[in-house]
Amino acid sequence: MNAVYILWLRQLKRYFRSRSRIIGSLGQPLLLLIAFGFGFGPIYQKAGEGNYIQFLAPGIISMATLFTAVFSGLEIIWDRQFGFLKETLVAPVSRWAIVIGRVLGGATVAIIQGLIVFTISLIIGFRPDNLLILPVGLVFMALIAIFFAALGTAIASSLEDMQGFQLIMNFLLMPLFFLSGALFPLSDLPSAIGVIIKINPLSYGVDGIRGALIGITHFGLGIDFVVLGMATVVIVAVGSYLFSKIQV
Amino acid sequence: MAIIDVKDLTKKFNGLTAVNNITFSVNKGDIFAFLGPNGAGKTTTIKILTTLLQPTSGEVLINGNSCLTDQNKVRAEFGIVFQDPSLDEELTAWENMEFHGILYSVQKDIRQKRIEESLNFVDLWDRRNDLVKKFSGGMKRRLEVARGLIHHPKLLFLDEPTIGLDPQTRHSIWEQLRKLNREEGMTIFFTTHYIEEAEKSANRVAIIDHGRIVNIGSPEELKISTDTSRLEEAFLKLTGDTIRDEAPGVADMLRTHRVMRH
Repeated sequence: MNAVYILWLRQLKRYFRSRSRIIGSLGQPLLLLIAFGFGFGPIYQKAGEGNYIQFLAPGIISMATLFTAVFSGLEIIWDRQFGFLKETLVAPVSRWAIVIGRVLGGATVAIIQGLIVFTISLIIGFRPDNLLILPVGLVFMALIAIFFAALGTAIASSLEDMQGFQLIMNFLLMPLFFLSGALFPLSDLPSAIGVIIKINPLSYGVDGIRGALIGITHFGLGIDFVVLGMATVVIVAVGSYLFSKIQV
Repeated sequence: MAIIDVKDLTKKFNGLTAVNNITFSVNKGDIFAFLGPNGAGKTTTIKILTTLLQPTSGEVLINGNSCLTDQNKVRAEFGIVFQDPSLDEELTAWENMEFHGILYSVQKDIRQKRIEESLNFVDLWDRRNDLVKKFSGGMKRRLEVARGLIHHPKLLFLDEPTIGLDPQTRHSIWEQLRKLNREEGMTIFFTTHYIEEAEKSANRVAIIDHGRIVNIGSPEELKISTDTSRLEEAFLKLTGDTIRDEAPGVADMLRTHRVMRH
């Protein structure tokens, strides 16, 4: 238990000490929120769908959460290269405890990052529909954060260095984000895209956050929770297993 | 009574044999020097003994527990100071020590006391609240050694602990290690290129070359069997005087990649 706590604390300390990283990783969501939000706003309005910023903000909050979470998982690669990973791997602590501590630490950092983007979106003009249901949005943010921190852990456990980084970014993370309904409504899509979106766990996370913040969901909050929750359990198990097999 | 028992241990990497069928044991309370030229297989052996690597074949028991099947039990038996850096540079010296103490379940009051003692001992107490990334190479090395001493394990592995340190620091570190060995019966397994450290402190020495143990015994026995007067001469006589290369570690490769990218 103490081991989980100290690993969690380490992630938080590292996060709060790298101000440039906090600010740097706000750039992309902020840009998308402004460029897409105000750029596509008029067209969205003309199509009779209402205010695009309202629709987009939950997607961008998901994005900030997911990328921060994945990168915190991928930090294992740096820890391996800078040698610190060995220090944790020889300790008399089960590998599961190490993974849980790291994933929870990464997820906490990702939630904080998501909340910062939420605050920024409020400044830009986003208005949540129902303040009472906001904690439900936090639950979905937490699920997204844990899912992607564990995914990052699983990937990092099977890589020796950052060589494959572009591959992961362009063929896994970007598609997961763009094909999740974060940017566009899910109704009346070509069927192939519809299928991809249905098997993408992030779709349910984005839908859940959107449901909680503006009261519009595609799948329904119950299904969102069950699907994303199960996917999270599976990926945490896979990530822990791969981490337990690391040799240095 | 053996605390380390290695039988027919072999480790191959893509056809390259790093450790070739070695058998040896280390008794409780020994100060055991594991000497060899670069690339002889020292670090690979230590990684297998400390559960970081799986052997290709063979058997390793640490205090009766198998490194292959009882890894969690094995990890509770030892401490290690690694050859290459293993500190978190974004944390302070004190935080690195605290992290280690908690990971090894050292009680809070004992932990505070030992952290203060160890940091004082390596002369870093005044710098305890500085981030490790601001430290020089020698300071980092001292911190690693200090960290390895917090939890007072039954068995301590030290992979070139004194590399890059000045004679004063080396001297005081060895004083402390001999004291822990004497007073707490801590078994010490170390590698070094400073052969005089082995001659002075070790009661048993194994010399490994090309993945095989070429000789093992007390420093006296090794000198007698090679008809030399100093351990360093015995070492050179047993391993020859050609200069060896070491396979690059991940950190070295990282450096090359960085250079290539720019």
